[in-house]
Formats: sequence, structure tokens, C-alpha cells
Amino acid sequence: MQNSSEPKKYKNSFLNWIEYRLPIVSYIEKEYGDYPMPKNCNYFWSFGALASIILVILIVSGIFLAMNYTPHTDMAFNSVERIMRDVSYGWLLRYLHSNGAAFFFIVVYIHMLRSMYYGSYKYPRELNWILGVFIFLLMMATSFLGYVLPWGQMSYWGATVITNLFSAIPLIGEGLKTWILGDYTVGNATLNRFFALHYVLPFVILGVVGLHVAAVHVHGSNNPAGIDIKSKDDTVKFFPYMLVKDTFMVCVFGVVISAIIFFGPNLMAEVDNYIPADPLVTPSHIVANWYLAPFYAILRAIPDKLGGVILMFGAIAILFILPWLDSSKTRSCNYRPIYKWFMMLFFVNFFVLGYVGMMPAEGIYLLIARIGLVYYFAFFLIITPLIGKYEKPGHLPASIRDVYIDGKNY
Amino acid sequence: MTISYFILFLSVIGIFLFCYFIATRVWIKVDEEKKDSNNQPKNRRDFLYISSMSIGGLGVASFMWPFVKSMSPAEDTLALGSTEVDLSEIGIGQSITVKWRGKPVFIKRRTEEEIFAAQNVDLSSLRDPISDEDRVQNPEWLVLEGVCTHLGCVPLGQKMSDTKGEFEGWFCPCHGSHYDTSGRIRKGPAPENLAVPPYRFLSDTIIKIG
Ligand code: HEM
Ligand code: FES
Repeated sequence: MQNSSEPKKYKNSFLNWIEYRLPIVSYIEKEYGDYPMPKNCNYFWSFGALASIILVILIVSGIFLAMNYTPHTDMAFNSVERIMRDVSYGWLLRYLHSNGAAFFFIVVYIHMLRSMYYGSYKYPRELNWILGVFIFLLMMATSFLGYVLPWGQMSYWGATVITNLFSAIPLIGEGLKTWILGDYTVGNATLNRFFALHYVLPFVILGVVGLHVAAVHVHGSNNPAGIDIKSKDDTVKFFPYMLVKDTFMVCVFGVVISAIIFFGPNLMAEVDNYIPADPLVTPSHIVANWYLAPFYAILRAIPDKLGGVILMFGAIAILFILPWLDSSKTRSCNYRPIYKWFMMLFFVNFFVLGYVGMMPAEGIYLLIARIGLVYYFAFFLIITPLIGKYEKPGHLPASIRDVYIDGKNY
Repeated sequence: MTISYFILFLSVIGIFLFCYFIATRVWIKVDEEKKDSNNQPKNRRDFLYISSMSIGGLGVASFMWPFVKSMSPAEDTLALGSTEVDLSEIGIGQSITVKWRGKPVFIKRRTEEEIFAAQNVDLSSLRDPISDEDRVQNPEWLVLEGVCTHLGCVPLGQKMSDTKGEFEGWFCPCHGSHYDTSGRIRKGPAPENLAVPPYRFLSDTIIKIG
């Protein structure tokens, strides 16, 4: 079948045939076989691969859930209960999906904090970081939409609260909200469109993830030392070294998520969501999903409706310009003696915000939320630009190879 | 049912192993060829690669099982698997159609002539030979799944005005299958007799199908 004039790159003629028509063999070989990874990369570099696997698991389990789910206000709750009780392994699908979504956020947060600590967002990887923030936004939207589907009390009131955020926008707010809901309150029209969007957004995420990964591969991965690859001695091949490492990570993850699914599947769920939605009674304490809680804390810390909404979206939007806020040329915090500690404090602060975001918005919690909010924005707008100017960075190794010769491997 | 799932399961595993095997072979080949051209020693880890990939493939394949299984009828659907029918209103020569597992079931109270016709047939002349006695529990009552064994249409013959075919039983309008007064295939493309569903007389006038 092969024309004699076609190039013979591989011994196998089938591969050559494909390769000549669609150079996918050499693409895979280049990007996932020979792709040079800095050899000092630690396990934090496995979280991207892990996140991709989880995305696939979510999509597959979601498709199978959708085969039994009914997006109608009268039937949604019961259809989910039917999945739990009657559909073979339905409980497994659902727990896999809901806990998978929670772990998706854990993994992606670790992935993001890794990028911040080791300065991966800096030149030349800014676009990569921006695509990542887009993925994060899409994830938040998808999980919000998904949380509405079981049509329990938390679903209903969560949807009510979040969609009311839009009504804070002056002039067009009310109209915009009604347009989003397709009704005056959260109703059947809302549930239907939320299901349609919840089905399609993960595939959009998948596409953006593709771009994100392609973008990393252009300039190669960053590493704990934050210095560029200078020679072949600095790297190892993706196959088999990184593949084995990533696979090990996936196995560990499998053990952890199995432990949750089989022994505590509702640890991360809200009991109130097992009560069918009731538009006439609000649960006494509406909690955000824990993985969105830091932003929810920021929303509630501001006594003004519009102000809270602006700051909450601002807290995410500010991530987009982080590469330009940081004035330091040194990437890794391992070589930034002062900034390192502010970075650590930022992580702690993020957790604290998450914690108070799940507590009632009053008294001490409100105070903590406000302090946390100030630090969150000060970190980005004041600390990051200023420290980069005045801090004296540590002595960078000449090459990645030298990291090991120094005897200190970061 | 269980057997078919088992076979499905095995074939899924088979497909996975096959893919993994091929993929690793191809990959190792590509790798080796490159090494050859660089005059580097040959890769001797083939066995390790293939065995670990196979175990991985097996893991993924068994992970697929709950997904495949979730698509089969759920417990509540299975629970709807039986229907009780009251026969007291049915006169001699009349028949009714009830729904069982989503399909029509014909219940016919046969006349003397019909029973006689059904019982006195030369079995060797039948395409799917079985005597009428083996198809009924009480000769007066004939219970059949009203699904043509050719391609699944519902045969005519339930209503008085319907054409009943050359053998006075049922006639399938789709491709012209004729069934007799015992629901046996006599003429036309259908390969088998109309199926008899599992049923039981709970009393003289009530039967439970399924
Ligand atoms: C980025 C990927 C995804 C995320 C983060 C996500 C998140 C969520 C969350 C948080 C829930 C609520 C779980 C609960 O409380 O029970 C949910 C439910 C649901 N999701 Fe997804 N999901 C994703 C992908 C998908 C996909 C691809 C589909 C279908 C094609 C899907 C279909 C469903 C269905 C049918 C439900 C409702 C059933 C239930 O409540 O268990 N999801 N999703
Ligand atoms: S379906 Fe009845 S004859 Fe073809």
C-alpha cells in the first residue's frame, strides 16, 4: 500500500503509511516519548497528569450518570435516588463523580500552588498560566452547574444565591438574572439548561486542557530550581521515567479516592442535599462547596452587595495578571529568601479563608475573613511587585545538573 | 444473562490486552530502531514493559465493568417483571392483549374447534415442531408473547375483525407470517413459534405472567 517514493522513517510499513498522511506517530513520539523533562522535577510535577486522568474519569462517569438522570424539577431528585438504589453500581458512579469532582479541585489547587511557588507562570510560560486560569474558571462553573442537578435543598438554594449575584450588577442585573434562570426564580427551565451546560462544559475544559498541555511543551517544563534547560544532561526522557512516576501517582490517588468512596462517600457532601428542593424553606445554614469556600468568604466579608461580587470575581481575575505583577526574574521560591515566606503565608491564608467561608458569617469569622481578604489582595498588588524589586535572590546553580553536584537537591 | 455479561467482560479484557500488547510492541519497536541507528545496546526490558502494561490493561478493563453493568435493567425495572391478569371477563373465542415487560402478551380463550385444530396437526409438517399440549397449561387458555419471531412486529388476530391468516390464528402484516391456533409458525419468513411467556394460574380466573 505504500508508495515507494514515501519516506521510510520506521521499519513498520503501517506506521510509515500513517506517518506520511498524518504525522501523529512522530508527534506522540516527540511529545510523550522523547520529551525532555528536567531531571530535578519532584512529584508536584505529576499533578497535571493526575488532573487529566480525573477529568476523563469525571466525563465517563458523568455520561453514565446522565443515562439515568432526568432533568425535570419533579423527577430530578428521585432519579438521583433511583441511581443510588436501583441502578446497578449507580451508587459507585455517583460517588465516583461527586468525590471525583472534589478531588479534581484538590489536585488542581495543588497544581496551581506548585506553579506559584516555583514561579512557573513567569516568562515564557505566561500563556500557559492564563489558559490554566481559564480552566479553573470553567471548572468552577461546571461544578456549580453539576451541584444543582440532584435538586436537593443545597442544590436549589445554592443556585438561588449564586444566580442572585448577577442581580447586583446595576441596571441590567435583574434582567440578566431572569435571562439566566429562564424564570423568575430557579425553576424547571433553569434545571434543564443547567443540565445541558453541565454536559457540554467538561468537553470545553478538555479542549482547553489540550491547548494548555501543548503550550507547556513549547518551552518545556519548569523545575524546582526554576532555571532553564541548558543541555541534554539536565533532562530525562518522558518515557519511561516520567510515565512511571505519573503512573505511580495515579495509583496512590486511586487508593485515596477508593478509601473515600468506599468508607466515607459523603464526607465531603452536605446532608441537606438529601432533602428534596423546597422553594418555600431555606436551610438554616447554606454552605458553599468547600472547594469554592475561599471565594465565598471574600464575597461575604464585604457588607456591600455589589462590592462583594466585584471582589469575589476580582480575586479570580487577578490571577490572570500575576505574571506581570511579579517583578522578580528569579522563578523558584527556593531561591527567594523573603518572598518564599509571604508565599507560604498566602497558602495558609487561602486555607483559612476556605475555613471561614464554611462558617457562619458573623463575629470572629467575619473578622478573620476580612483580614484574610486584605492579605489576599495585598499579596498580589503590593507584596509581589515590591519584594521583587528589593529582595536579593539566592545564588542560582549554573545548570540543573549542578543542583545535584551542590549536594542540595531541591 | 449472567453468561452473556461474562462473555462481554472477557471480550472487553481481551480487546484491552490486545491494544496494550500492540501498543507496547509498536512502541518498543520504534524505540529500538532509534537505538539501533544510534548504535546503542538493545532494550532488554520488553518483558517488564509488556507484563506491567498488561496488568494495567487488566485493571482498566475491570474498572469498566460497573459502567457496562449500570446500563442493564435496574432493580426497579426488574421488579416490574411480572403482571397479574384477571380472566373472568373474557368470553369463549375472545382474546385480550396485556403489557408485560413492555411487550404485548396475547391471552386467548379458545373455542372447541380451535383447540381441536391445534391438537390435531401432523407435527412433522411444522417448521418448529411442538405439540399443543406442551404450549398450554389449560387447553382453554392460550398465552403467547405477541411478538413475531421474524423481526418483532405485533401479529394481527386479536380483534374479531382482524385477518387471522390461513391457519385461523394470527397473521403478521409486516412480511406475511401465518401462525395457527396454537401460535405456531406455519407459513412465512418467521423461524419460530410465538413464544410462551412464563406464567402461573393463581386461581381459576387469575394468572400471573412473569
Ligand atoms: C469537569 C468535569 C466535571 C465536574 C467538575 C463535575 C462536577 C459535578 C458535581 C459537583 C456534581 C454534583 C454531585 C452531587 O452532589 O451528587 C455533578 C453531578 C452530575 N454531573 Fe458532573 N462534573 C463534571 C463532568 C460531567 C460530565 C462530563 C457529565 C455528563 C456528560 C456530567 C454529568 C453529571 C450528572 C448527570 C450529574 C447529576 C447526578 C448526581 O448528582 O450525581 N458531569 N457533577
Ligand atoms: S416481522 Fe412478522 S413477518 Fe416479519
